[in-house]
Amino acid sequence: MTSPPDPVDQIREKISGYILSESTFRGEITFIVKAESIVECCSLLKNTLGFTYLVDVTVVDYLTVKFPRYEVVYLLHRFGENYEENLKIRLKAALEQDNPAIDSVTSVWSGANWLEREAYDMFGITFRGHPDPRRILMPEDYDQFPLRKDFDVRDRESSKRSFERALDEGRE
Amino acid sequence: MERVEIVTEELGTEADGTRKQTMMLNMGPQHPSTHGVLRVVLYLDGEIVQEAVPHIGYLHRGIEKLCEDITYQKCLPYTDRMDYLASICNNIGFILAVEKLLGIEDEIPPRAKVAEVIMFELGRIESHLIGIGANAMDLGAMTAFLFCFKERERIYEILEMVCGARLTTSYPRVGGLPMDLPEDFQDTIRNFLKIFPETLSEIDRLLTRNRIWIDRTKEVAVISKEQAIDLGITGPILRGSGVPYDVRKATPYLDYENYEFDIPVANEGDAYARYLCRMEEMRQSLRIIEQALRNLPDGPYIADLPDIVLPEKELVYTKMESLIRHFVLVYSGFETPPGEVYHAVENPKGELGYYIVSDGTGKPYRMRVRGPSFVNLQALPGMVKGRFVSDVVAAIGSIDIVLGEVDR
Repeated sequence: MTSPPDPVDQIREKISGYILSESTFRGEITFIVKAESIVECCSLLKNTLGFTYLVDVTVVDYLTVKFPRYEVVYLLHRFGENYEENLKIRLKAALEQDNPAIDSVTSVWSGANWLEREAYDMFGITFRGHPDPRRILMPEDYDQFPLRKDFDVRDRESSKRSFERALDEGRE
Repeated sequence: MERVEIVTEELGTEADGTRKQTMMLNMGPQHPSTHGVLRVVLYLDGEIVQEAVPHIGYLHRGIEKLCEDITYQKCLPYTDRMDYLASICNNIGFILAVEKLLGIEDEIPPRAKVAEVIMFELGRIESHLIGIGANAMDLGAMTAFLFCFKERERIYEILEMVCGARLTTSYPRVGGLPMDLPEDFQDTIRNFLKIFPETLSEIDRLLTRNRIWIDRTKEVAVISKEQAIDLGITGPILRGSGVPYDVRKATPYLDYENYEFDIPVANEGDAYARYLCRMEEMRQSLRIIEQALRNLPDGPYIADLPDIVLPEKELVYTKMESLIRHFVLVYSGFETPPGEVYHAVENPKGELGYYIVSDGTGKPYRMRVRGPSFVNLQALPGMVKGRFVSDVVAAIGSIDIVLGEVDR
């Protein structure tokens, strides 16, 4: 009797054209994919391979640790037949330091909307084609990206400016 | 959800010559039914919501940034302050993520695991009580709310007995429990298991067949199965829409696969279905607690891992080596292998995930929290479009958000 094929092998085969490298740590598989074709890769994963649930979109800033500097991380989940499989995979797309931008996956999963807004808000990554590219947690006129590693936590000027502007608006 | 630019829009003229306009109504950030500091801008045609735009961030404290500068153990109190209605669940979720990163899941003593299951399920009951109680109070059912709060107090007393704090528990440690369970722990929980079902049936009698409650929640704030999955919604909302996804069953942690319990699922996808799911989940939690209590083993409550776990206080005061170890663990923390892990737990409100990137030092290089409330709140605009303003209140209550977790 042959053992059933490994689902990860099937996924790897299907999206092999997009994969640059892969790694496994503590049983979690990570594919580093081409940033320019992220939407094609994601719609293939969603429509053909059944990854209907986008768990998370986030960014890691590797200022001096790694090159390229940013990695956009997508965590996908597949329920499988009768909601029994429950497989998670992680996709990563690396972005350069200057004007980091990537296509938005909101057209694939609408749940990416707020997650990408937060990623923009915190890291300044532009998501091309996002329907609502505003800040989400920080004030709308804030001019910093707080989760970047070169953000100066002691610099309170920009938050002070935002606060004073809001006070002025309130007085008017 | 598209960006809305309209502020006022002419809607024509009535027969008597009055002009009709879209009205912009600011609901929150200080509004009793927005459960904290949520602000929803409503564009109204009369009393019908044309568009609802949530604005969040009023409670943003930058927890993810704060955690980058402190050791793993010191991150724990910050996790209390996310979903503060179930801090114990946040704590346990974080500890499990760090244990996964360290690869020490197998070394956690069984007593600690079982105790964590009991505490986790108590946290779930506590959060659902507030979820249902506050939802009911927003819709005018004050009695149900008071019943819920009375019962929550009992859980807080248990929490206080076990970890010394009521709201901000900061309870387990990496490797197990910080101290052994108190002597009368089992009796107190048994007592709770005896009393609580009675209150649960009282709430059930007050609400489940209550005409007003049904009118206000049935077919209100509906979300279909497909929409819910597409938006990444989890927890009772997803299960209320017919998807039996529960992290405890899907990817079990804390040996949940050894416990017998059911996942309540409803197909209607409305606020009433979510209410029924939450009620049933509390009953299932009682089942889990009962089983856990029966199997609570004796033995050590924390793993024997000198590189990770703080030494006993007595040894710190009497032995030089222990004192040094204590000092090192507090100041620079334990070293972690470089790598990245994602660990999810089924919080009362949905899938709470911690994504930790480690660079090999004692502090997380990046700690991302995937809060269920944040993702679930995205469903609000779709739920209330074309409905009455009063349904917005019912919708917010039934999504059951905690702004501490939305804004982090």
